[in-house]
Amino acid sequence: MSKKYISTPYIIWMLLFIFAPLCLVVYFAFTDKNGSFTIENISRLSQYSTVFMRSIVLAAVATIFCLIFAYPVSYFLSRLRASRRKIMLMIIILPMWMNFLLRTYAWMNLLEKNGLINKFFGLFGLGPFDLIYTNGAVILGMVYNYLPFMIMPLYSTMVKIDHSLIEAAQDLGANTYNVLAKVLLPLSMPGITTGITMVFVPSCSTFIISKMLGGDTAFMIGDLIELQFLGNDYNPHLGSAMSLVLMVLVLLCMSITNGFADEDTEVSF
Amino acid sequence: MKVLKKLYWAAIILFLYIPIFVMIGLSFNRSKSRTVWTGFTFKWYVELFKNELIIKAFVTTVVVAVISAIVSTALGTIAAVGINFMNKWEKMAVINISYMPVVNPDIITGISLLLTFNVFKSLFGLQFGMITLLISHITFNLPYVILSVLPKIRQMDMRVYEAALDLGCNPRQAFFKVVIPEIMPGIITGFLMALTFSIDDFIISYFNSGHAQTLPIAIYAMVRRKVSPEIYALSTIMFVVILCVLFIVNLKDLKKEKRKRIKEGVN
Repeated sequence: MSKKYISTPYIIWMLLFIFAPLCLVVYFAFTDKNGSFTIENISRLSQYSTVFMRSIVLAAVATIFCLIFAYPVSYFLSRLRASRRKIMLMIIILPMWMNFLLRTYAWMNLLEKNGLINKFFGLFGLGPFDLIYTNGAVILGMVYNYLPFMIMPLYSTMVKIDHSLIEAAQDLGANTYNVLAKVLLPLSMPGITTGITMVFVPSCSTFIISKMLGGDTAFMIGDLIELQFLGNDYNPHLGSAMSLVLMVLVLLCMSITNGFADEDTEVSF
Repeated sequence: MKVLKKLYWAAIILFLYIPIFVMIGLSFNRSKSRTVWTGFTFKWYVELFKNELIIKAFVTTVVVAVISAIVSTALGTIAAVGINFMNKWEKMAVINISYMPVVNPDIITGISLLLTFNVFKSLFGLQFGMITLLISHITFNLPYVILSVLPKIRQMDMRVYEAALDLGCNPRQAFFKVVIPEIMPGIITGFLMALTFSIDDFIISYFNSGHAQTLPIAIYAMVRRKVSPEIYALSTIMFVVILCVLFIVNLKDLKKEKRKRIKEGVN
């Protein structure tokens, strides 16, 4: 008896609950209520193109902000002494262990019309500003929730970069910009690409952050899909079509970022 | 430059912690107001423990997390051992399909399972509830277990297993007495990951829980009602518990490191 057959129970589970469900999504996306083939679900999606665009744009902006904030943090972190590094890493990851609904709820409180931030501005006679239920609030929520997803992969590639490489570049006359552009950035590329996918994918498909912080202004793909399955306009066929497009979008994003990483390793070695 | 760096650190940490400190503060606030401080109270903590819905949700969460972590660790570990003996193509196919729940957005895993359970419902009369919740949690935990066990198996020297057989173990004994202890660190990591993901999951449970409520789902219901200061109390308790757990874990590590350093100093 070949030893590989001991994984049979798992293979059955995998086919039943990972493979078959995804096939069902594809099946539902291309059929109507009576089970006959149709592409109407897909073609109907064009009327939701603004929602799709908004999701992509908001997620992209959040990803860029995450990258900008996380890059220096990860660099500083990777250059600390091992014992302090551990403590700082802990401090950064600790908020992640709270349930994300609770964290987002806390931001709702801060951003409200008579929330703490507006109260604070009120002390100086400013405001109140419209902070919550804007696209900005949604982006803030995404950055807050997914920032550690960017810091972690960046940090783990940067910690492997030999500090003498940076010193060598400096000795050979590179200024800060050159060190960053020609040494640090290429060497940390794998971390950047992983970080981008790890932030972009959940941001693009979220339906809680947009609902809680965006109200009606920032309706996203996730909200649309949720409505088709649990909401008032129950239509799993349309919902599956949306999910299928979202899946393709995610795969596209990943292949683009992975492509960047591959090219870069080719150049640098 | 140094000052700038310190300022940057301070800004990031402030950004990460402000919401949490605000919540902790408000959990002791006497009035329901979310902005005005009216005095110190433990009222919301008492109310939290009287709230049957939350207690029940908490129990459900723990039960689902423990059962799904145990099942997925057992199933995943055995699967990883088997995968290791497959040829290149089989291995690639199985691993790629296994990682789908990791790669896909949670919402897609959620709705695809919902569609599947709907089919089961019409075929076998399966009801949404504890069973569907458990199946979905096991499903999204499995890849993480395999992900952490597989590298350990690759690192392992298979000759040790063969040696055990030569020395008179039957395959089962060799598996439990040689292979399992060797890959134990991977199994433990996988188990802990499964446990945390299961406790924290909202999106997949949201689509597949039926009437069963886990803690994140209960929190979502409370959040939608807007004003309920028990949420702050709950957050504070969670934060303190996590803080303690991490502190204890790290203390152990620190002690280990210290001992190592002392040893190195002696040498």
